[in-house]
Amino acid sequence: MRLVIAEKLYQDILRHLIATFPNEGGGFLIGTLAADQRTVTEVHPVENVFEAEEQFHRFLAEDGAFQRFEDDADARGLVLLGYYHSHPDAPAIPSEFDRVHAWPHFAYVIVSVRSAEAVEMRVWQLQDDRSGFDEGELAIQPT
Amino acid sequence: MTSIKIPTPLRAYTGGQAEITVSGDTVAAVLEDLTGQFPELRSHLFNDGQLRDFVNIFIGDEDIRFRQGLETGVHSDDRLRIIPSIAGGLVVFVS
Repeated sequence: MRLVIAEKLYQDILRHLIATFPNEGGGFLIGTLAADQRTVTEVHPVENVFEAEEQFHRFLAEDGAFQRFEDDADARGLVLLGYYHSHPDAPAIPSEFDRVHAWPHFAYVIVSVRSAEAVEMRVWQLQDDRSGFDEGELAIQPT
Repeated sequence: MTSIKIPTPLRAYTGGQAEITVSGDTVAAVLEDLTGQFPELRSHLFNDGQLRDFVNIFIGDEDIRFRQGLETGVHSDDRLRIIPSIAGGLVVFVS
């Protein structure tokens, strides 16, 4: 899986996740899908509604967000490609919690944010048998 | 017959179809029909025969967990939808 994202949208994600530090933040990715390449054309931050005292290591998208963005993408002939979230002061690799809650054929962008600085972005996809993730290629395009 | 909307990440298992026509007079029967048509969906919806915690089934705007769960009745004009909870977080790394 190859995920293409414009530099501006990449920076939008980083800004959002730096702003939510030391808590986790996240949002949805909308765009186009062609063969094994997904191209992000929109980034939509959403509210983290996990219990406030747990948000330093948990993210849960607000109720209704998935439906809203999926309906919007479907209506415009676009695709809800996946979502992004941060791992504060931790690596940008999926956790067991991520695996249990993950969906196949979705792009999982994880950003490591350390001391309020975004240090790494990686993209993952759940394997069909749900046993783990495969890392995808992240391509950031100059804008 | 009624219809059920498939979430984007599972459409790879329904030939890209977003809406599937299904039959059944309860949610359980509808999901049985759906997974009979598309068996690859089963492992992503159920775990040991139970609906996964982060899989939500709605009839219209109502979550079936606030009705009778899988035994909630389904009428022919109902529109069902599978809605994933989108969550992430840190605990133990697996990759």
